[in-house]
Amino acid sequence: MIDVAHLSKRYGDTLAVDDLTFTVRPGVVTGFLGPNGSGKSTTMRVILGLDAPSDGTALVAGRRLAEHPAPLTVIGALLDARAVHGRRSAHDHLHALAVSNGLPRSRVGEVLDLVGLGEVARRAGGGLSLGMGQRLGIAAALLGDPGIVMLDEPVNGLDPEGIPWIRHLLQSLAREGRTVFVSSHLMSEMELMADHLVIIGRGRLIADLPARDLRAMASERTVAVRATEFHRLGEALRRDGVRIASTSSTDAEVTGLEAEEIGRIARDEGIALAALIPTQTTLEEIFMRLTADTIQYQGAPSIASEGATR
Amino acid sequence: MSAVGGDRVTLPRVVAGEWIKLRSVRSNVVTLGAAAVVLVFFGAVFSLTADGEGVPRNPSGTLSDPVAISLGGADLAQLIVGVLGVLVAAGEYATGLIRTTFAAVGSRRTVLVGKVAAVGAAVAAVMAVATTVALVVGQALYAGDDPSVSLGDPNAARVIFGATAYLAGVAVIGVALGFVVRATAGAIGTLVGSLFILPNLLGLLPDGFADAVLPYFPSRAGASMMALAPGSDLLAVWPAFGVFTGWVVAALLAAMWLVSRRDA
Repeated sequence: MIDVAHLSKRYGDTLAVDDLTFTVRPGVVTGFLGPNGSGKSTTMRVILGLDAPSDGTALVAGRRLAEHPAPLTVIGALLDARAVHGRRSAHDHLHALAVSNGLPRSRVGEVLDLVGLGEVARRAGGGLSLGMGQRLGIAAALLGDPGIVMLDEPVNGLDPEGIPWIRHLLQSLAREGRTVFVSSHLMSEMELMADHLVIIGRGRLIADLPARDLRAMASERTVAVRATEFHRLGEALRRDGVRIASTSSTDAEVTGLEAEEIGRIARDEGIALAALIPTQTTLEEIFMRLTADTIQYQGAPSIASEGATR
Repeated sequence: MSAVGGDRVTLPRVVAGEWIKLRSVRSNVVTLGAAAVVLVFFGAVFSLTADGEGVPRNPSGTLSDPVAISLGGADLAQLIVGVLGVLVAAGEYATGLIRTTFAAVGSRRTVLVGKVAAVGAAVAAVMAVATTVALVVGQALYAGDDPSVSLGDPNAARVIFGATAYLAGVAVIGVALGFVVRATAGAIGTLVGSLFILPNLLGLLPDGFADAVLPYFPSRAGASMMALAPGSDLLAVWPAFGVFTGWVVAALLAAMWLVSRRDA
């Protein structure tokens, strides 16, 4: 279990993490989501004792990491797949880690086989592709057979077959009763993988809920409607449980009414519809909406979209 | 939860892990070997070409320090082992491996001590052998007229010990600098600056001041430690050991303090 309580971390003038409180429980895969720069990596570094909190606490299995006699047997983490010496073999990299925690040398071969790097055990770190480097990092995290596994953006750089591989790995680790904490800035990856979601933005907690609850939010259907006399249609559509979000004088997104019903209402009022498009909100869009005002590093809109009428 | 054993992290285990890291990178092994070769080779060359002129002499005419020539390679060897120490520490900051190491061990000070012990022991072992060989070979090749020093000489053991301790100490200072500066280039610059450049710059200051302060610099103290009979411009042997130990301890304390306080 990972317990984060009122955690804050300040770097100079920047408040990277702001009064964050959540618990990561065993037995489920917990996804840690947020836009780039939202404080995910900072939170993970504090959990590992690499950065000291400005306020609050972060405990693994009830204690600070440094208070555990053999940290690798409590929490295994992957923060950066490139954090290996370019000239040291994968085997020696893991061997040195194992020895420091009193783990048997046989463990090195076991985890290398588990992640599929058995054949390149003697290859130097610099000779590994990004995907292989990720696997090596995962191997290092699993070296001590820890109760908690924490991975920062593990899917980055994996081959297409690597992504379901890691999903199955993490799910089986969770089924074994371990605490699995995985961060990402892409909801599309998390959608299939996570049972529980902790969403942050600008260092603050935005949501902490089971994935199915988020999916329930997404199952609401929205209908895009365009009509030249939308102001009249809007009046007719207004009723309990219906949300209308106007994007221009002729366009709106209507939530709470089926497309067919909107069409009938328009016909009854004698209003011609230019467009009537039902859409299914994806988790991705829910995530975007939740974190929209917390995105810190946004690209300038492309020329193509600037002229669009929406 | 863990079913694979995994006992507590202890200093011996951390040292063992650091030793694996040290020996598993070929360039580290080559570097250490190069330091040994340099020590022996330059000692041999200096001894072979020495004709007794221009080296410090006693009033009676005998060489004041016959072994200085045979250990002349130490000037270069100290740089090599110092850089090795820096790389062992700062190299992990460069790749980010230091975070993995800190998270695996828990106590950052233990990591620091582990690296110091592994590098210090490796350098001491290799340099003890190299110094002995340099002394024997150098004195055998010595082309001058003055009597040479043999291994059976009462002070030979102390000279070998002094050179070994000095070179191991420089490597340890390198590790400490690596942790303090956290960047390879900067740490090496500081190392070279304090061992070579600063003492030379000090020569520009008024004589009295330079003469008083210079002997206490780490490289000058080291010269005393490996001299048969230190010249009048250097400290006496055992005070020099004390001063140099003080430098090493100061570097380690600074590194320990910063490593615990700062974010990784």
